Amino acid sequence: MTAHTPAPHHHPDPAVLVDYAAGSLREPLALAVATHLWFCRACRDTVANAEAVGGALLAALPAAGDGDIGLAEVLALLDEPAAVAVAPRAPVAADIPGPLRHYVQGALPALPWRTTTKSLATVDLTTDVPGYRVRLLRIAAGAAMPRHTHRGTEVTVVLKGGYSDELGRFAPGDVAATDPAVAHQPMADADQDCYCLAVTDAPVRLVGWLGLLLNPFVRF
Amino acid sequence: MATASASAPSASPTQDDLAFWMAAIATRQDRAAFAALFRHFTPRLRAFLQRAGAAGAAADDVVQDVMLTVWRLASRYDPSRATVSTWVFTIARNRRIDQVRRERHPEVDPDDVELIDPADSAEQQVSAVQDEARIRNAMAGLPPEQAEILRRAYFDDLPHTAIAEQTGLPLGTVKSRIRLALARLRLTYDQP
Repeated sequence: MTAHTPAPHHHPDPAVLVDYAAGSLREPLALAVATHLWFCRACRDTVANAEAVGGALLAALPAAGDGDIGLAEVLALLDEPAAVAVAPRAPVAADIPGPLRHYVQGALPALPWRTTTKSLATVDLTTDVPGYRVRLLRIAAGAAMPRHTHRGTEVTVVLKGGYSDELGRFAPGDVAATDPAVAHQPMADADQDCYCLAVTDAPVRLVGWLGLLLNPFVRF
Repeated sequence: MATASASAPSASPTQDDLAFWMAAIATRQDRAAFAALFRHFTPRLRAFLQRAGAAGAAADDVVQDVMLTVWRLASRYDPSRATVSTWVFTIARNRRIDQVRRERHPEVDPDDVELIDPADSAEQQVSAVQDEARIRNAMAGLPPEQAEILRRAYFDDLPHTAIAEQTGLPLGTVKSRIRLALARLRLTYDQP
């Protein structure tokens, strides 16, 4: 990952960027968006502007209650040390995008990979949000994954390397969403292993609004 | 420019007033400036949190927490990136996620040296603050159905898919209203 990384071609839907800026995405999906933003200045600018919409809406809200409510209590707390110290910046691991460093430490190849098949290894990330599975995937260079569908919907963001499938070619920062109707067979680039973030909603949550939630995630 | 030591102004403070108060807090821990910010923002923050479903006392707890965070992080506020209202909005959004939903809001640190294709500061100055004034004006002219979708998106803690379910509008209609609003506000950038 260097300053020469080309800008991504596959972006989240603008409505999802608004969801992210408004704060309504569940953490695993917000993590996928933030990971894309790491690579994509255009979407970072869109999110910054969508946050400005939030600022403008907040400023225009009719006041609820008097401005002096609670002022004395808060003034008395100003000299208290913060209950939670401001988190220091996580150590830099050049091949792990910033938003992921809260969840994994170290360099990508050195993570505790668990081998699933000859061509696929995974690392589970913990987010404490029920109904979602958040993993890093490593697809061996040149390997084709078995053709598969997902029981839930999966959102992936390429971190390093790249792959191609029926939907196109995916390079660092590119986002893909596949729902259970999509059968695809990703094939990693021949020259290096392909690393991705993958967020899946668990099979048990397939029905209902979560099923709807992920399908419109991506605009191509 | 209003001074921090004046009693609460009768007119709404301007963005310049808010930025002036923020600077006074960041540079010299000015409590009068903080009180002025507090009086301006807390009635709006309370309304914001109540709309997202936080009941009276819970909303007041989050309001207090937001304002303490404003005080503690004042030196990190960068006027070239966002107006004070937008910065306070992002703090309130994150505290709401943390306290109401017990989740994090993963973010990109714009100062991270590893960040891909960072904006340079001159571009940023132009885009952040001027855009915000323009957005504010343009929002007043949005068609009511687009403005209503935005209010729901920002205040009701619902992703657009859930807004579609709650309103009974087809998902495509919700998405297109959001896209039309973004286009009208000129918020989306050309993507390569």
